[in-house]
Amino acid sequence: MTDAPLPDNRPTERVPSAWSRAWDSDLGYAFRHSPVAMVSAIAAVTLILAAIFAPLIAPTNPFDPASLDLMNGFTPPMQPNAFTSESFLMGTDDQGRDVFSTILFGMRISLFVGFAAVLFAMVLGIILGLISGYFGGWTETIIMRAADVQLTFPSILVAMLIFGIAKGVTPVEYRDQMAIWVLILAIGLSDWVQFARVVRGATLVEKSKDYVAAARLIGRRPFSIMIRHILPNVLSPVLVIATISLALAIIAEATLSFLGVGAPPTQPSLGTLIRIGQGFLFSGEWWILFFPACTLLILALSVNLLGDWLRDALNPRLK
Amino acid sequence: MTEPILSIRNLTVDIPTRHGLFQPVRNVSYDIHPGEIRGVVGESGAGKSMTGNAVIGLLDPPARIATGEVILHGRRIDQLDAEEKRRIRGKEIGMIFQDPLTSLNPLFTIGEQLVETIQLHLGLSATEAKARAIDLLDRVAIPNPSERFNQYPHQFSGGMRQRVVIALALCSEPSVIVADEPTTALDVSIQAQVLDLIKDLARERQVGVILITHDMGVIADTTDQVTVMYNGEVVESGTTEQILGAPTHEYTRSLIAAVPRPTLKVKRFPLIGYGGRATEFKIADLARNWSKPAPSKSGQLVEVEGLTKRFLERGALLPSMRRYFTAVDDVSFDIRDGEVFGLVGESGSGKSTVARMIATLYPVDGGHIRFDGDDITTMDAAALTAYRRQIQMIFQDPFSSLNPRMKVGDIVAEPLRHHDLLPAPDIGERVRELLDRVGLSADAWRKYPHEFSGGQRQRISIARALATQPRFLICDEPTSALDVSIQAQILNILKDLQEHLGLTMLFISHDLPVVRQMCDRVGVMRQGKLVEVQETDALFAAPQHPYTQELLGLMPKLDKLSDEGLATEAAGV
Repeated sequence: MTDAPLPDNRPTERVPSAWSRAWDSDLGYAFRHSPVAMVSAIAAVTLILAAIFAPLIAPTNPFDPASLDLMNGFTPPMQPNAFTSESFLMGTDDQGRDVFSTILFGMRISLFVGFAAVLFAMVLGIILGLISGYFGGWTETIIMRAADVQLTFPSILVAMLIFGIAKGVTPVEYRDQMAIWVLILAIGLSDWVQFARVVRGATLVEKSKDYVAAARLIGRRPFSIMIRHILPNVLSPVLVIATISLALAIIAEATLSFLGVGAPPTQPSLGTLIRIGQGFLFSGEWWILFFPACTLLILALSVNLLGDWLRDALNPRLK
Repeated sequence: MTEPILSIRNLTVDIPTRHGLFQPVRNVSYDIHPGEIRGVVGESGAGKSMTGNAVIGLLDPPARIATGEVILHGRRIDQLDAEEKRRIRGKEIGMIFQDPLTSLNPLFTIGEQLVETIQLHLGLSATEAKARAIDLLDRVAIPNPSERFNQYPHQFSGGMRQRVVIALALCSEPSVIVADEPTTALDVSIQAQVLDLIKDLARERQVGVILITHDMGVIADTTDQVTVMYNGEVVESGTTEQILGAPTHEYTRSLIAAVPRPTLKVKRFPLIGYGGRATEFKIADLARNWSKPAPSKSGQLVEVEGLTKRFLERGALLPSMRRYFTAVDDVSFDIRDGEVFGLVGESGSGKSTVARMIATLYPVDGGHIRFDGDDITTMDAAALTAYRRQIQMIFQDPFSSLNPRMKVGDIVAEPLRHHDLLPAPDIGERVRELLDRVGLSADAWRKYPHEFSGGQRQRISIARALATQPRFLICDEPTSALDVSIQAQILNILKDLQEHLGLTMLFISHDLPVVRQMCDRVGVMRQGKLVEVQETDALFAAPQHPYTQELLGLMPKLDKLSDEGLATEAAGV
């Protein structure tokens, strides 16, 4: 090369930070102009942060039997206990556990299961969707027919079936430890279908574009084309489904736990708390059910609304 | 001169965006008289369609008419409310859109759609409406109209569908028709039919027509008056002879000069300098670092013999039940070292399929392709990799041929990295050199494709194709998605590639004047078969096959165009 290196160090305009670029992008603009999105984002972020920092925020540790005082049992919210005259923001349950603290810790389990299950479903769905969309033929037929068959069953039923089988093959002494992971597996496996379908559809569209032909012409192998070229271009619909799936996964986990087949009582999730609370509903201790149920409602609703908004914002033609 | 049917006075269209006010149409005025065809010509983004939409009241919000008047038969129609505009639209102003596939509802028969429109506008009874519909179909030259009446749009060919759309526009005897790129999606033979029909309408029924197009050939063939638009403004207006023969505005002059002529071959295309858009590119500089390949053993770089491709039309479990469609049927030709070989034909003639088989993107069903003597249909993986390094392709649509999620630098570097042609530290420099030589700015490598225009993207495509220093370049309709000024630029680069780097090219196009400018020899394809191969000059002077003669006969006549500023290489045919 006889040329001097191209002058690349000349002054350029100040590169804005990633945060301010995101804030100023079209998506950021749509966000700033949607009150629903703002409110649900604030609600969701507050709840998620509260769950992450639960050990710092919670007044008591509900899992430490030493901190529990049975005398505190059934204290109504914001009222001093008749015996210990302690007061609790959201009252206490039958064993004197602070409901507010159990909700914070329960939310951790719910969110962890939700995020992990969606991640699992997403990875599985993306891989199977890419493969069936790109290769077509028999591979596609088998994968997509399996997906169709699974869709005909309600996903909660599939999750219960998987949960039951997994529980059956786990040795008794590990059951409680494994319960969370089995839950993730069960919800994830019942949820991959929609990821696979969307990714397959988007892959079919992208596959026919010329940049894929250009990559094939260079001599790229199919898997490298799928990962490097197609995957980044099919991710935006996946993001939308992932958000909406998160809300559904949190509800699915709560439903399973409510039915008693989910999180064990030693690691209570929101669903477990609701199950415990509903036993006291008719005896007047409404707060044991009410506060966990409200938390679940707000969490699922805000995430779901956020997902709905994201779908509209990424796809202006839907409006 | 009679009173104009439709007048547009100082029309300005506003689109408020969050980055400020955008005015795609500014101060546009023109008139349409009875029986007159007014061509509105300009490049994409010039505001010609936006003006048409404003006239028929079909602006998509938030776009709105800011100032100006639209006067139909002496009555202002731009301020009418939506309901009144709807009544005028279709009844007094007919519309013909670009794509005949989407302008007709596939779920209703042609007859149902015509009768519905006729009853809506004229309030006739069902039988009267049907009689009128059949009469209309007959008038737009649909054979057996009473039989065709009960058929669905998919049973019509593209050209017939567009004629049905014209029949729909004529339902209520409108006095003005707005035709927005009515022939852009059609083949030349069908284009000629549709344009003839539009001309007849204007002459016989005294309909005023606004014909919006980017195609100078269509303008020269069809229109009486021309309005040239550039960047939202009218730059020049006048009779067709005057505008094409003696343009006064600099933009019109350079636009006309950039149109490829079927009769004279130019050495280089003059570039449109208007608006400061001329770009420098230095292909010749690339030659310094370019290791010129040894000439091929036989003088024929590519030999195609008996090439056949069949596509599965109906799948079935039993092989005997499967039905195939033969897209390429026993095609044989040679491409000599260093020449540009053209393949022309209408859509569906199989020319792109041939290109894709040579590029190994489609498997070959029969026949052989030899590259420098080696048969690529029987190559092993290692030999194929070596082959792929020597060929590259430039695609038609610059918007789909670059991965939108990759930086331009990575796109151009991909072939270098994949074939391991340069040590990693040198790749960046090589990429910047390539981008610089095709006339892109120094920091282009760190941007994403969406930050570039169509012509710039096509140049990025060329830079990517040049990265491996190929011997053979396949260009599949490289300019048909581009404006004429950008086309001139890309064609100049391709000419330079051949001249300075000695590249051999397969050039595929449906555009005969472009082929005339670019190719040394031309093959004409029709329905999967190669009907004629000739030296370009001989083919244009004395076509042998009847189909070639027909194609050449349909070519728009551009002899009205001024030849000013053209550097001719050889005298015309």
